[in-house]
Amino acid sequence: MFGKLTPEAFIHEGSQNFAVIMVVLTGIGLAALLTYFKLWKWLWKEWLTTVDPKRLGIMYIIVALLMFMKGFADAFMMRLQQALSVGDSHGFISPGHFQEIFSAHGTTMIFFVGMGVVFALMNLIVPLQIGARDVAFPFLNALGFWLFAAGAMLTVVSLAIGKFSATGWLAYPPLSGIEYSPGEGVDYWIWLVQISGVGSTISGINFLVTILKMRCPGMTWMKMPIFTWSGLCAMVLIIFAFPILTATLALLTLDRYLGMHFFTAGGGGNLMMYVNLIWAWGHPEVYILILPIFGIFSEVVPTFSEKRLFGYASMVWALVVITFLSFVVWLHHFFTMGASSNVNAFFGIMTMLIAVPTGVKIFNWLFTKFRGRIHFETPMLWFFAFVLNFTVGGMTGVLLSSPPVDFQAHNSLFLIAHFHGMVIGGVLFGFFAGFTYWFPKFTGFLLDDKLNRYAFWCWFGGFLLAFMPLYMLGFMGATRRLDHYEAATGWHPLFIVVFIGAIIILIGASIQFYGLIESIINRDKNRDTTGDPWNGRTLEWSTPSPPPVYNFAVIPTVSSVDPLWAIKRGQAPKPAETYEDIHLPVNTPLAFFIGMLAIAFGFAMTWYIFWLGAISFIGILTCVVIRLSGKDKFEIIPAEEVKKMEAARRSPASA
Amino acid sequence: MARKRPIRLILVLTGYILFLFMFMQPFLVYQFRDYIAVLFPKGIIALEQRNLLLIIQGIMLLVIIPVYILTFIFSWKYRAANKRATYDPDLVDNKLAEVIWWGLPLVLTLIVSVLTWQKTHELDPYKPLQSDKKPVTIQVIALQWKWLFLYPEEKIATVNFLQFPEKTPVHFVLTADAPTNSFWIPRLGGQIYAMPKMRTELYLMADDAGDFRGSSANLSGEGFAGMHFIARASSEKDYQEWVESVKKSSHTLSLEEYQKLALPSQNNPEGHYQLQADNLFDKIIDKYMHPQEK
Repeated sequence: MFGKLTPEAFIHEGSQNFAVIMVVLTGIGLAALLTYFKLWKWLWKEWLTTVDPKRLGIMYIIVALLMFMKGFADAFMMRLQQALSVGDSHGFISPGHFQEIFSAHGTTMIFFVGMGVVFALMNLIVPLQIGARDVAFPFLNALGFWLFAAGAMLTVVSLAIGKFSATGWLAYPPLSGIEYSPGEGVDYWIWLVQISGVGSTISGINFLVTILKMRCPGMTWMKMPIFTWSGLCAMVLIIFAFPILTATLALLTLDRYLGMHFFTAGGGGNLMMYVNLIWAWGHPEVYILILPIFGIFSEVVPTFSEKRLFGYASMVWALVVITFLSFVVWLHHFFTMGASSNVNAFFGIMTMLIAVPTGVKIFNWLFTKFRGRIHFETPMLWFFAFVLNFTVGGMTGVLLSSPPVDFQAHNSLFLIAHFHGMVIGGVLFGFFAGFTYWFPKFTGFLLDDKLNRYAFWCWFGGFLLAFMPLYMLGFMGATRRLDHYEAATGWHPLFIVVFIGAIIILIGASIQFYGLIESIINRDKNRDTTGDPWNGRTLEWSTPSPPPVYNFAVIPTVSSVDPLWAIKRGQAPKPAETYEDIHLPVNTPLAFFIGMLAIAFGFAMTWYIFWLGAISFIGILTCVVIRLSGKDKFEIIPAEEVKKMEAARRSPASA
Repeated sequence: MARKRPIRLILVLTGYILFLFMFMQPFLVYQFRDYIAVLFPKGIIALEQRNLLLIIQGIMLLVIIPVYILTFIFSWKYRAANKRATYDPDLVDNKLAEVIWWGLPLVLTLIVSVLTWQKTHELDPYKPLQSDKKPVTIQVIALQWKWLFLYPEEKIATVNFLQFPEKTPVHFVLTADAPTNSFWIPRLGGQIYAMPKMRTELYLMADDAGDFRGSSANLSGEGFAGMHFIARASSEKDYQEWVESVKKSSHTLSLEEYQKLALPSQNNPEGHYQLQADNLFDKIIDKYMHPQEK
């Protein structure tokens, strides 16, 4: 009846029980609040069934924030364990549980935090930047979100029921094969990554088509804002890379469930195939995360320097070159697998080449500041920290790309320091810059400046303390994923420094979270009534904050890269005020239903509860059929109504 | 009001970082050289790899240092409060500048590429090392969760410990009867994977006698953290004496004994065996060449 699910699945180690209780209490608390304030109906109508990209973007951020808390707790426990577990002491986590924690940390941070913030920004910014009222496929967009959320929720479920994968975030066979990992952990991993991966592909298709087809009149290729360009490149990467992930996971599923031998050493399988395939997706994946960040800084730096972006065409070409190169470097993740020197050297050199367009971007940003008027608002501080960290990360990346050097650094903490420099110092700092920058656009008020600054300095200092020593630890021979080491290695003092860094980051993240809550409570203090608090250049700042549901009352016509800047300087006419009927897609619960059924399906398959798997899968198919057989429904806002709404927002007294 | 403070903080922090990097770091690194295996190698391969690392680092710094300096100068000079600085909002294009920062990194990258191409071939782990001495062959088998070392010519075997003569090439041949591991002795040189059904090779040579820490760098399951070992380079004479003493060991490694040893176990102590199983290494690889009977 319940497959492999037995009561033992609910028994955990101490620290994990604590986490489960926290999650359950938070859930009950939220449900109680919703009931008390009678918000269930509001939640359902305004959020769960919405197809409005602005709403979906906010939900992406909420999921990413919750998952960040989980992933950060994982990281904090790992560093605490490593600060304690030296010599005779074995810390407070068993080796098996430690391995679950780092596997969960990587999976959570990449799939649910990294991808979450990328799609959050795509949803929030892209339609507004290209002067569109909506995305190309609103239903697919919502579906992509709900599959993403389903994967995230399955991760949380794995915390409470059973074990998570203990095979690292990429689950290399044969360790992840049924022989060495017979438990449910790897199955959880497979299904939650598979479900959210399908969601990413779907969302990727939606945004690619949106950017290709829905740009406003006049916005030719070379007049697209750089953030949209970076989004376009990231979506191309998603469409090419994610199917590889889906297929690879499907093969691993067949190995584990049906006893096939694609990757098992016995029976003619080849584990090297998996490593190649997973990195053929995995390397583009890291560029899916970083490219939109390049886009963010290409918006932030010009705005706070009161200039236009230096070298626009160069920036576009740099993005395109990186997009292409990111597909021909995957082998650098396993130079140590015994490939011939020709193969290793080729992939090493391809990898180094990526440093060129990336360096060009840094120079273009720097010269955007040249002869500008730089305002050190917090997004600019994040940029400052980004440049310092990202160049160090880039330099160590070039070191790692040379195979002979990589042999001495592969899988060591040097590598960990490198990619955290890129992902925290790059992706996360970049997201924080973008978050602070665009926050008023979608909420109508600014974040508390002072608290944000405190948070920034904690993050920056904490990051240096938590990750710079890792470079040295790598040189000392410390490898990743160790739950214990001998005292004679001399690593202990540095691990303590690293832990102190983690504490400072925790303080920074807490201040940031507090600042967010504080800003929401005292929102009347920091209202943005203009819709353009930073003196922006691109179309999103021409709308009110928050934008109306239809984004633009009048679809703009643009004639330059910086349309709003052009209007402000009198180089382009103001948009006319002729209103038309606006068609908008209506809400649908189907995407939400499919997401919930996907959780049931993933859970059922993980535990071999095949009847539930069959029912939920048929349920998903039914939802798809219902959706396909109906006509797209639109809600029409008549021109008169639009005119009234626009008039109302101009006279705030009546609003 | 709050606009001025971050700039001052940036300057203080910068000074602090520069001080730390330029003065403290080399001093600290040298002070702890006994722990920093990769930067203070004891083998020719590790030395070459370290030198390549430093050269590439040096070339990279040619770009990084100007970037840092420009970041600070521009941030300071063009701050909004500085009314004396030139403001030129339409300066968005300069062909010469762009040619420089596409071209210069490209040239530097090409230099590093040529270097990498040469060194990758020169330091190919499969390439025998130049020496007038005959290499010692050691077969390495990664098990759950320990390292088994076979000396097929000397007819001995060890667990989590290995010894070889200094200034003599050591030819490692590796496989695994377990999930993939990575064999790494940082003082002597880079690592290579040990994978089931696969045979990989690695040549290393110790310049001096000494005990060097080795470990597995690739996650292989629960007992993975305990898979560290001592690699001891000794004089030829000490090595021969050690071989003789192991040959007299009361433990023998037969095929049956191997099956027991291969069972999962954690934090294994060192073990010394007479090697009685012939062609054990090849048998372990062969095991994966046909479907396992159930």
